[in-house]
Amino acid sequence: MTLSQQILQYLITGVTVGTIYALIGMGFNIIYNSTEIINFAQGEFVMLGGLLTVSSMQVLHLPIPFAALVSVIGVALIGTLLNVAAIRPVRDPNPITLIIITIGASIFIRGVSSLIWGKEAYPIPAFSGEDPIPFFGAVIQPQSLWVMGVAFFIVLGLRQFFGRTITGKAIMASAFQPRAARLVGIDTRFMVLISFALSGLVGAAAGIVIAPISMTQYDIGVMIGLKGFCAAIIGGLGSFWGVVVGGITLGVLESLGAGLISSGYKDAIAFGILLLMLFLRPQGILGKSKGDRV
Amino acid sequence: MRIPSFPRSPYAGFFLFAALLAVMPQFLTNDYHLNVLIFIGIHCIIAIGLDLLLGYTGQISLGHAAFFGLGAYITGVLSAKASLPPIAGLAVALVGVGILAYFIGIPTLKLHGHYLAMATLGFGIIIQIFFNELDFLTGGPSGLVGIEDMSIFGYEFDSDLKYYYLVCVSLLLTLLLSINVVKSRVGRALRAIHGSEVASSVIGVNVSRYKVAIFVLSALYAAFAGWLYSHYMTFVSPSSFGFMFSVKLITMVVIGSLGSIWGAIFGAALITSMPEFLHVFQNYETTVFGFILIIVMIFMPRGLLRGLEDLLLSLWHAVRKRIIGTREETP
Repeated sequence: MTLSQQILQYLITGVTVGTIYALIGMGFNIIYNSTEIINFAQGEFVMLGGLLTVSSMQVLHLPIPFAALVSVIGVALIGTLLNVAAIRPVRDPNPITLIIITIGASIFIRGVSSLIWGKEAYPIPAFSGEDPIPFFGAVIQPQSLWVMGVAFFIVLGLRQFFGRTITGKAIMASAFQPRAARLVGIDTRFMVLISFALSGLVGAAAGIVIAPISMTQYDIGVMIGLKGFCAAIIGGLGSFWGVVVGGITLGVLESLGAGLISSGYKDAIAFGILLLMLFLRPQGILGKSKGDRV
Repeated sequence: MRIPSFPRSPYAGFFLFAALLAVMPQFLTNDYHLNVLIFIGIHCIIAIGLDLLLGYTGQISLGHAAFFGLGAYITGVLSAKASLPPIAGLAVALVGVGILAYFIGIPTLKLHGHYLAMATLGFGIIIQIFFNELDFLTGGPSGLVGIEDMSIFGYEFDSDLKYYYLVCVSLLLTLLLSINVVKSRVGRALRAIHGSEVASSVIGVNVSRYKVAIFVLSALYAAFAGWLYSHYMTFVSPSSFGFMFSVKLITMVVIGSLGSIWGAIFGAALITSMPEFLHVFQNYETTVFGFILIIVMIFMPRGLLRGLEDLLLSLWHAVRKRIIGTREETP
């Protein structure tokens, strides 16, 4: 492979991984848009998505599409459960309390998952074979196309949901002005519930499409969740296209750094970019600059 | 009638605590418990520092394990690779971590809420990756071996009991310094910043200078604890200084009670000794840990220590109402 072909290959890998980061960042965004909570258990939704699919295939002998459906619905339910059991009862919802609760929830979910699935890594077969598609001297795995396709439709769907439907608008209103939203008759508690379910759904979908590429295991949630959050911040927390731009930027830079500099420093590169972004432009690439809330 | 409460003079508490530490080893039945107490002491030092930052000033740090690790690695590398005495390791670790924390603190502490949490978290992860990747210095993922035992100016801390007293003295010094910081003008400034940064700057508090100063101080506490840890274990590996340990530190401070030095000590003792109690659960340990974290945050957001205090006070009021039969205002 020539250098330019290698770089092309890194770019393809980067875009694939970056799309996953974007999907996970989307999960953060949905909850952030409705509550301004950062859900540190988002990575656990991704892990659960993969592992529930594995179990539905092995135990219930379902074909992949149905197994994926069962898993997505299951994780959406777990998302609602998280909201009802751990977020709603909080009497003093300041950011630090909520950060700690969602971190506690992620530890709890990870612990339970390690009891259920053990510590080994599970594969999911690629959705449409593993024959690589040649592309200007580099190759594309068919699964990469699945990742991008699924991500594209999810982002499109979310845009429609938040921009066009009454429920979506009500969710946005609940976050923007909870009191005013209640005054006009919006059931804000229900809106928050929906957004937790929705972010569980999106997280699980990310976990399912990535599993054939990187396997799935009880403890993948921490790092992948944090990368998703990086994507959201780099792109601009709250903006949907921002998260896509942020995720792909992160994935590509990380992949180029790992390939051309050193794979050991891959995660350091990602978090280095995050720090630079936070210091230089905390509102993100596409985020709107807003005044300091006091 | 005055309502009795926890000792309000911090120094009374300090001397009680010192006496408790001094006699504690008398009540232990085996050496392993001494070991646990040493770890509790080391964690207390970090937790007190983190509480100054998180509890008093309201600035979260999800990367404090990194400062602990830097303290441990700097002294460890100097000891194992250059045979420098631990006291020199301490000096270099404190100066090095102090400078680093200063330069990290300036841009980081301009951020708020989730952004601050994420920046400190990112910093912590980057440092841990360096511990892993700088093989020639740190021994990589398998860890750094050959760190000398603790000795200070020729005095060897060659038994667990001696080490216990070294940790106790270190903890008491940290505690004394912290009580003084909290009680002084600086402490009031920090609490003002916690209340409202804008209001504090209006009344003339140099908000960013105080925030960076307290960040550096709390990083120094962690580095100091790292020094104690490194020469006690004589072995360090990157896995001890990761994100999960930072989370544990936060948990200590929060469960103990934010903005209370005694709470930080209580929390550090509780969280550090918890695995010993949870032995019966074995594989369930992390699950139970996460569960406790959620439950405490939901039902006792002011922390266990204040939660207990509230509970005892309300009981006391109920009992007194029964006896005296009069209604009194709660303070």
